[in-house]
This record gives sequence, structure tokens and C-alpha cells, in this order.
Amino acid sequence: MFEAILLTVITASTPLVIAALGELVTERAGVLNLGVEGMMIMGAVCAFAAAQLTGSPYIGILAGIVGGGLFSLLFGFLTLTLVANQVATGLALTILGLGLSGQLGEAFVGRPGIKLQPVVIPLLSDIPFFGRVLFSQDLIFYLSVALVIGINWFLFKSRAGLKIRAIGDNHASAHALGIDVIRTRYLAVMFGGACAGLAGAQLSLVYTPQWVENMSAGRGWIALALVVFASWRPWRVLAGGYLFGAVGIGQLHAQILAQNLGIVIPSQFLSALPYAATIVVLIIISHNRRTTLINTPASLGKPFVPDR
Amino acid sequence: MKKLIIALAASAALLSGFTTGVQAQEKKKVCFIYVGSRTDGGWTQAHELGRQQLEKALGDKVETPFLENVPEGPDAERAIERMARSGCDLIFTTSFGFMDATIKVAEKFPDVKFEHATGFKVLPNVSTYNSRFYEGRYIQGQIAAKMSKKGVAGYIASFPIPEVVMGINAFELGAQSINPDFKLKVVWANTWFDPGKEADAAKALIDQGVDIITQHTDTTAPMQVAAERGVLAFGQASDMIAAGPKTQLTAIVDTWGNYYVKRTQALLDGTWKSEQIWDGLKDGILTMAPYTNMPDDVKAMAEETEAKIKSGELHPFTGPINKQDGTPWLAAGEKAQDGVLLGMNFYVEGVDDKLPQ
Repeated sequence: MFEAILLTVITASTPLVIAALGELVTERAGVLNLGVEGMMIMGAVCAFAAAQLTGSPYIGILAGIVGGGLFSLLFGFLTLTLVANQVATGLALTILGLGLSGQLGEAFVGRPGIKLQPVVIPLLSDIPFFGRVLFSQDLIFYLSVALVIGINWFLFKSRAGLKIRAIGDNHASAHALGIDVIRTRYLAVMFGGACAGLAGAQLSLVYTPQWVENMSAGRGWIALALVVFASWRPWRVLAGGYLFGAVGIGQLHAQILAQNLGIVIPSQFLSALPYAATIVVLIIISHNRRTTLINTPASLGKPFVPDR
Repeated sequence: MKKLIIALAASAALLSGFTTGVQAQEKKKVCFIYVGSRTDGGWTQAHELGRQQLEKALGDKVETPFLENVPEGPDAERAIERMARSGCDLIFTTSFGFMDATIKVAEKFPDVKFEHATGFKVLPNVSTYNSRFYEGRYIQGQIAAKMSKKGVAGYIASFPIPEVVMGINAFELGAQSINPDFKLKVVWANTWFDPGKEADAAKALIDQGVDIITQHTDTTAPMQVAAERGVLAFGQASDMIAAGPKTQLTAIVDTWGNYYVKRTQALLDGTWKSEQIWDGLKDGILTMAPYTNMPDDVKAMAEETEAKIKSGELHPFTGPINKQDGTPWLAAGEKAQDGVLLGMNFYVEGVDDKLPQ
């Protein structure tokens, strides 16, 4: 049973991790995009529609990534080129995404979905327990792990990553050094959108292979919280995402176990557990204020207008 | 933005009302307010199908504009008022949360008639209507007791409100009528609508050993999980057979259409009056999806129970019934009163969950 629970936790956590990783890169470049929920649901509808029309879930994944990425361009244009308020634009992007995806997906409601099948890795999957849990997963799970490793290397070991972090900390200085702030931020925003789109594809192709309006059900907001929770570090996003997932699944099992044992635990209390856990971890993390400040992009959410 | 879309939709509805109102003066307007999207695959879609049935039956005498995605709260009042102003003669407000808004608008427009789904507040121009979903759940409980090899079913519940508690009790009573030791595990998802969470709840229940899943949440995700894991399940609000062709035993299907036709006809005849209607299987406001994926004898039993409920021979809440803690509730032969059912805040004996008080 432990293995089955673990598999459920992985499915529940993967979209949170992927969407949060994308937002992490966007925010490291100093842009606050609150439209994760909207980009995620756009990714979900694009992925489902493409998979239905072509019969291939892999084309669905691609469509999810492209859909989320293109949708985030709208945010980029409004906030980076037109210098609109990032918070308001991000909220608008979420509301627009929810409405637009409902329109786009109308023809696909109630259609049986195409589930993305696991890719079993030879040899590694033969390892007892770990092989079945970690190496008999679908492509999106492998991508999520690759993204954690890749983004961690990219941000902290590569030159381009250093530039992104420089822009996020002080866009005026970065600009003075000759870094193209707007162009880099466009790319960071699009990367965030593509990741949110991939997370959406996971929802409509793996988690619950179907399309219903508003099926992301607030996961974009959890991903946003996860970035702050992880203090903008990729490995902590992974840990935090799995903590959220595990507490969420764990409370469902706890409800049934309590019934088996005849104990009274109010379900509302169990439902509140993920949030309680969040608060506890946030307190632990923010205990050391200096390290928090070092990780927080200093010009997060501030508009940048290059002086001539 | 959402408000803007609603406003646009409302003004579009308004405009269409004006244009058609000129050419067909005698056509009555029967309007609908939906809380969700009309393609949500569950609750609102069932109302939309009802509206379409009305359109088909009386389309030459009435027109049926609607507003969808109307959030409960202050926006609801504005949306309902706009409908009332646009010349609607009868307005169906199809969510429990529209109750106070409906009453407020109804007080301002005494000549317009209102029908509020699942509420309990009435005025001379406001009726309420509801469906006896528990009748279907009793039949499901009987089927579950026959079909479960392990004698335990899993119930995905939304919120601990009387409507949901009543459903859990009816299911358990149905199951006990076949197998007195039948067990029911309840998982509270604390949401009406979250495919992921509903799927997680189904997986948790199956991992903990139940082999029948039933749900009181809105999406087909639990059915899908049940199909994947090879256990049986019941559908909710709509026929969910497409999500589990080899999985769905039956579903309780909301069929509001007959009721909408009946009430609109009353409006046309001038016989409409304020009522509190709580209809069930016999009135056709609730139907059972075809009994599938079960042996013939189980199917025959389900059909017999359905017939008995329709004829009034069987009331699911008939004593002797004890409360969960063993204290007697109904004496032998005694039937539960509607008022008690509508405010139900306790479990019957045999449910394993503890209801937070």
C-alpha cells in the first residue's frame, strides 16, 4: 500500500513542482507573474485538444508547452513592453485563461481522455521498490526531475543564469552592464509560461485524463506560494512540492484510517493540514532573515523602463 | 474580466429580448441563472439539458434565455435583477447559494415569478424545488451490497451539509437491507469540484481496500480512477457511463426537464402558484441511468426497489433505524419526516465515519 500511496503523491506533486519551477525562473528575472493558474489551464486545454485531434499524448504535451508559452507572451507584452502593473496583469491573465480555456474546450467536455502511458526504463525499473516508483513513470515526471537539476545548474552555474539573477536583483545595474533586460525578461516569462503549460498538460493527460472547465482548481496559486515557500531555490521547490502533495494525500488516508480505528478527527482539520504545514515551514525558513533576503530577487515586481 | 463577460452576456440577452419581444408579443420569457458553465458535465449541465427540453416542448410559446457562470454573492443579485428587468416572466435560479439574492429581487418584482432550486425560502412569487436524490442512493446502496466482494464501499463526500449526510445515510441503509454488516468508508474532499482531488480520494479509498466507489462531488474523475483500477462505481448528477463503460453500475441523473415543462405550462395556463416542491423518482425529476455491469438478478432487484419507491410502497428512511451511537431514531414502520431529512446532521448506525458536530 505504501508504494501505491507514493505513486499517488508523485502524480499530485508533479504539476505543482513544474509550474513552480517555471515561475521561479520568471521571478528570478524580477518579474512577478500571478497568471500561473491561467497559463496552466490554457496548457491543459491545448494539451487535451491536441491529443484528441492527433491521437498522440506526446503532441498533446508539446501543445501544452506551446499554449502556455504563447499565452504568457501576452503578459510579457503588457508588462514589459507597455509597462503595465504586473500584479493586475497577472490576475487578469488568470481570469482570461479560465474563460478562454472554457470556450476552447467546449467541444471536448465529456470526451474520454487519452492517458499518457509510463515509459519503463529498462534495468533501472528492475530495482526493487525504487524501480517501480521512480523508473516506471510517464515522461512528464522525468521532465520534472530534469527541470530541477537543469534549472539549478543553469541559475547558479551558468553565465546566462548569472545574468538572469543580476537582472532580478538590480535591473538598472544589469542594464548599465549592457545586459538586455527586456529581452531576457521576455524569455524568462515565456519559460515560466511553458512550464505552467506543461504542468497543465500533466493535469489533462496524466492526473485526470479528461477536460473540464476550471480543472486546475487553484493549483496555479499553490505553485505561486511554493516559490516563496522555497525561497527561490529549485531543490526546495521539489521538496516543498512533494511535501504539499504528501500532506494532501496523507490526510485522505488519515481520514480512512481514523474510521478504521474509530477515532474522531474532524475532516476540516485534516484538510487544513497542508496549509498548517506551510506556515510551519515558512516560520522555519524565515527564521534566518539574512539568507531569505539573499535569495529574494530585489527588484521583483518592479517595472523597468530603460533610460536612453 | 469575468464580471465583464457576464455583463456582456447579460446585455446580449437583454438585446435579444427586446428584438424578439417586438415580433412575438405573446411569447413568455422563462429565464435561467446558472452557477457554473453549461458544459460542466454535472450539475449545471443537467439544468441546461432541462432548459433544452423545455425549449423543445414549448419553444413556440416561450423563449428561454440564460446566464451562465454567475457567481454566488452580490453578482448573483445583479444578474437576477437584470433578468427580471429584461422582461422575464419566470426565472429559475439553479443554485442553493442564490437563495437570498432570489428573495431580494423577488421582493422588488412582485409580478415576476421565481423558482429557486434546493432552497427553503419562499414568497408568494417564489417557489422552491428540489429532488429526492436519497431515493437513488438507497438503490445504489443495495446494488453495492450485492456487488462488493469485500463488503465495504467508499464514499467521496463534499461538505458535511444535510443534503450530503442524507445521501450517505440512504446509501448505508440500502446496503444494510441486503447485508447488515456492510461497511461504508467516507472521505471528505471538502470541495464540490476538483478533478485531481476527487481522483486522489478515489485512489486512497481503493488503496485502503474498498471495491465500490460512489461520490457526491461533481466530476467524472473518480469514475475514471475506478475504471483504471478495475473496481465498480456509481455516477453522480449525470450519466457518467462514457467515463467508465465497464465500471458504472448506474448513476442518479438529475432530470429537471419534466419539471421545467410542467411549471412553464402552469405559467402559460395562469395556474402557477408558489409551492415548495420536493419531487423524487416517481415524478421523473430524478432518474436512474441504465443498470449496467451487473448480473441479471441484481438488476432485477434494483428495478424492483425502484418500482417500490415510485409506488410509495418503500420509503428509504423507514424504521427501525438507530442513530450511529445506537440510540433509537425511528421506531419500526415509522417514516422520517421531510423536515428532519432536510436538516439531517447525524449518521445512522453502520457508518464508520464520525460526523464533526
